[in-house]
Amino acid sequence: MHNEMKTPLMRLAKRDGMEAWKMWCIRLGSILLALILGGLVICIVGVNPVTAYGTIISGSLGKSTAIRQTIKIAVPLLGCALAIAPCFKMRFWNIGAEGQITAGAIAATYFALFWAGKMPSWMLLLIMGLAGALAGGVWALIPAFFKAKWNTNETLFTLMMNYIVIGVVRWLQGGPWEGRPGSQIIPQFDASACLPKVLGVHCGWIIVLVLVIFIHVYMRYTKHGYEIAVIGDSINTARYAGMNVGRIMMRTMFLSGAISGLVGFIVVSGANNTLYDGVANGVGFTSITVAWLSQLNAFAMIAISMMLAILSKGAETLQTRLAVPASISDIITGILLFCMLGCEFFINYRVIFRGSKHDKEATKA
Amino acid sequence: METVCAIELKNITKRFGKVVANDGIDLKLHYGEILSLLGENGSGKTTLMNMLAGIYFPDEGEIFINGKQVSIRSPKDAYDNKIGMIHQHYKLVDVFTAAQNIILGLDDKGKLDLEAANEKVREICKRYGFDIEPTQKIYDMSVSQKQTVEIVKMLYRGADILILDEPTAVLTPQETDKLFHVLRNMRDDGKAIVIITHKLHEVMALSDNVTVLRKGRYIGTVKTSETNPQALTDMMVGRSVTLNIDRPLYENPVDRLELKNVTCLDAEGVKKLDGVSFVAKGGEILGVAGIAGSGQKELLESIAGLYPVTEGEIIFTPEGQQPSNLVGKTPMQIKKAGVAMAFVPEDRLGMGLVGSMGMTGNMMLRSWKKGKGVFVNRKDPNELALKVWKELEVVTPSTEFPVRRMSGGNVQKVLVGREIASAPSVLMSAYAVRGLDINTSYTIYNLMTEQKMKGVAVVFVGEDLDVLLELCDRILVLCGGKVSGIVDARTATKEEIGLLMTRVGGKERADA
Amino acid sequence: MMEFLTLFIALIVAAITYGTPLLFGTLGEILTEKSGSLNLGVEGIMFMGGAIGLGSVFYYEKWVAAPNPYLAVIIALVFAFLAGAFASLIFSFLTITLRANQNVTGLALAIFGTGVGQFIGEFMRVKEGGYISISNALKGYFQNSPFPQALQNIPFVGKILFGNSFFFYLGLVLAIGMFWYLNKTRSGLYLRAVGESPATADAAGINVGRTRYIATIIGGGISAIGGMIYIMTIAGCVWNHEGLSGVGWLAVALVIFCMWRPLNAIWGSVLFGALMILYLRLVIAFIPTQLYKILPYVVTVIVLVFSSMRNNREKQPPQSLGLPYFREER
Repeated sequence: MHNEMKTPLMRLAKRDGMEAWKMWCIRLGSILLALILGGLVICIVGVNPVTAYGTIISGSLGKSTAIRQTIKIAVPLLGCALAIAPCFKMRFWNIGAEGQITAGAIAATYFALFWAGKMPSWMLLLIMGLAGALAGGVWALIPAFFKAKWNTNETLFTLMMNYIVIGVVRWLQGGPWEGRPGSQIIPQFDASACLPKVLGVHCGWIIVLVLVIFIHVYMRYTKHGYEIAVIGDSINTARYAGMNVGRIMMRTMFLSGAISGLVGFIVVSGANNTLYDGVANGVGFTSITVAWLSQLNAFAMIAISMMLAILSKGAETLQTRLAVPASISDIITGILLFCMLGCEFFINYRVIFRGSKHDKEATKA
Repeated sequence: METVCAIELKNITKRFGKVVANDGIDLKLHYGEILSLLGENGSGKTTLMNMLAGIYFPDEGEIFINGKQVSIRSPKDAYDNKIGMIHQHYKLVDVFTAAQNIILGLDDKGKLDLEAANEKVREICKRYGFDIEPTQKIYDMSVSQKQTVEIVKMLYRGADILILDEPTAVLTPQETDKLFHVLRNMRDDGKAIVIITHKLHEVMALSDNVTVLRKGRYIGTVKTSETNPQALTDMMVGRSVTLNIDRPLYENPVDRLELKNVTCLDAEGVKKLDGVSFVAKGGEILGVAGIAGSGQKELLESIAGLYPVTEGEIIFTPEGQQPSNLVGKTPMQIKKAGVAMAFVPEDRLGMGLVGSMGMTGNMMLRSWKKGKGVFVNRKDPNELALKVWKELEVVTPSTEFPVRRMSGGNVQKVLVGREIASAPSVLMSAYAVRGLDINTSYTIYNLMTEQKMKGVAVVFVGEDLDVLLELCDRILVLCGGKVSGIVDARTATKEEIGLLMTRVGGKERADA
Repeated sequence: MMEFLTLFIALIVAAITYGTPLLFGTLGEILTEKSGSLNLGVEGIMFMGGAIGLGSVFYYEKWVAAPNPYLAVIIALVFAFLAGAFASLIFSFLTITLRANQNVTGLALAIFGTGVGQFIGEFMRVKEGGYISISNALKGYFQNSPFPQALQNIPFVGKILFGNSFFFYLGLVLAIGMFWYLNKTRSGLYLRAVGESPATADAAGINVGRTRYIATIIGGGISAIGGMIYIMTIAGCVWNHEGLSGVGWLAVALVIFCMWRPLNAIWGSVLFGALMILYLRLVIAFIPTQLYKILPYVVTVIVLVFSSMRNNREKQPPQSLGLPYFREER
């Protein structure tokens, strides 16, 4: 037989789908592997990993105040992941969420600083939210326009847009909006410009949960969602079906930017009560991984953003209690992302060794 | 004089799943010879040659090079045996020069000496009469220059046996003449050359011997000097086979679609359709025959509004309505007016289907704009999907199973089923049975006939003349973008159509 | 006039100092991107290079009685390179072997790398009690010019030509070497073919996966050296994550700005370096100082837009940048 000589020792075959429970086993296994690898890093510092993970859990979920802190971290992560989902579904690599948050935050801050006291709180907050969404949307529209018109590389463009808008905040901080001269700090917002608290956490969490439903419905049940899915699969088919690809791209990016901008508003108005250059604080980047790992499923994003928030909050406790640098959370997050990214391969492909049982089945078919 | 054969194939068989692409084929090629490998589309020419190029590995049979048995497992093995194949899709790096492309991947030791490479390329060009500049970038080149680069690449690697797959498909007549000139030079230099083609006049003009394949089988080899186009056509299409496709007659067909002198140009300004005029009637299947690339795709796409029409009118008369010109309308408007197209491209997906979605999602591609307000209506498409699933016997676990993972025949059923379900008054289909087994093909034929009996004007682009002759009412033959004849399918013969496919108005075509 | 000239020379020297880490970061990423891998983890790679480079020299000095200064520089280079190579190995394994998305994996690497860098920096500080720094004697070898004082004293040009740290000259050699490699050698040609059209390269018998692995790993190593240089020169041999943050992203921008050409990276990095410090040196009343800092990004965006509009085939990103390549399974 020629085939025996031809078949390499190891080859790959695409799987025809996999039972759901197996898929979840692989994913859970990868998380477990990541925790073990993270544990090894903790060992190097001379801390018992079991104690360390215990501290992370108790530090982030042990007390109600801690839980509130954790949720506060998770809210922008989740919101931003939701914003990115439509773009990624369309295969438009928007990595500019960081900037879109910041743009939204600037617009919201403008109204908080200069319009507070001139109108009732609910109206001010509403205007701040709308302004944030609009600013984020417009900021996202710029690269989308060039992509639609000249096919300018959106990955690099959106990345650059982040730093431009963060630079603008630095300028505002040290210049026009500076509070006490020389402080380089924008003053705290008036109480009427701060999001009210519900169950001890600013009500941004309600907004993002509503957004979860919104994005889920938008992606699954609307015409827009359908258009996005078709473009993401094949631009030719989209044209054949009579879709205006450029316009849909711009519209989707506007929406994505608008949600990010809204998150920016939530962060300044709910969490920080002021604006500074670290307002996005890497959330725009981390949320990309959240969106991707959730396979763009809005509900899975809740779980993954909570998981990362727990790590992040827990690591702070780890630093104070066991003197492990808090950046351990970034390391574990990184390892977690690597493992979860890698495990998708084993869900989509199977490795066939020459002469194995699968090999014979594959040859027969 | 019997010399050692450059290539000898013995009893080569290759199967793809259930389809037998090559069935026990023998072939001989000598040095200093140009051999034409002739056959209709799907006759297995390219598959056979791909086994020499290391793309496929034969299931059965033996390959001898210079009298020695070899096994060719990869393109590299092919190079080592001094075989070079020029595929239809060129593999070149756009921003590199010709010479850089030519030396790509060679594992010569020592430092990169582009000057020496340029010199060697020039030398090869001079020897055979090629016209390319080694320092020119690929993106600045015409299609024919790119092809030349591919040929020189093979020669540079020392290929003695050259295989060209439909080399003239993308060339102008002048470029074709030039190519033939260098091919003759190479033959005189002692190279062995195979050209895969289905154009008879090229066979007659260029080759020494002709090997004919039909439906994966070896038909025979003849000396070009001892044959004529008529005899070759007979070998290529064979005797008629009775298929027993049901062909009822529709009472009083009416004119539904009329093309008047339609001309289309491609991006390079080459005429893809040249003054095409015909009438498609409701209640009739109009077959479209022609060798590949004669303008079939452009014809359907120009009617569907996807290909720009430079000249002429497309008059569409829906049932009980005033005639209107489709030229200048958007694909969406044309679709809404009731013109449906099911084009099955070579890769099956890519146009008309969304691979990652299930049947329901794909049914929606036609109706996604309909639903109420901002929401899509999934209910109707889902019902349609269920209907198509049941009626066309699509094999799939559910209506949500991604079509990308379905087998080819089932994908085609989804596509054709959807287009039919839109209740069109003109239904166009191209290669609807490409790669399908017999039973599925009949399902599709019956669907077409069913539509016809509902008064739909069906345009059926097909590859198999036997099918066209039994399924259609009339057959339009395209040749080089022109209509070379329209015949009554009930009285026409296969030979008649075969000749029309290669000749315009009964004369051997002078141009490509 | 004289005063202005002095100021100008000081500005250029400072620009070169700030540009040198960028030069390495950029050169590494150029090599990576030329092979078609878009590694967005440069920020993380430079963090790792910085922290591990510093740590290696610190412990070398601590454990060896009479440290050899030249050896110390070599140790810093080697360890930083290895750190970056390791980080890029993770990236390559995930994107090439396990077919993960390049953008997402790059961002994950950015998170991981900044975490590792920060962690090591913090950990050393805590463990060694307070700031860790290396001795002044050693510092000089990292920061001072390798040329004799006489050359540096040449009026006007002496400081600019001969007054920079050893690393700048190393960067120049590397840039020229990379230019030569990519354009004049066989393997450089093959590497570019992989980045432009992996299918063509594959058909020509070039191992696409291996080429991408090697380019990405070496590129990552070079980028990491940039992080080490930042810490050892600008930050004064002290772990300073505030200063280092953003440099990696700037390097990614610079790759676009200089159109994937190593020689352009030389003046590009000096220019970007100048923009980084301009606000300290050159105060113009009507331009807010903070806005200087966004100039590099604005210019990069403009370059990106114009290059896509002009459609000049020579000035485009590698055609398959960021795209995975898998041979069709037959």
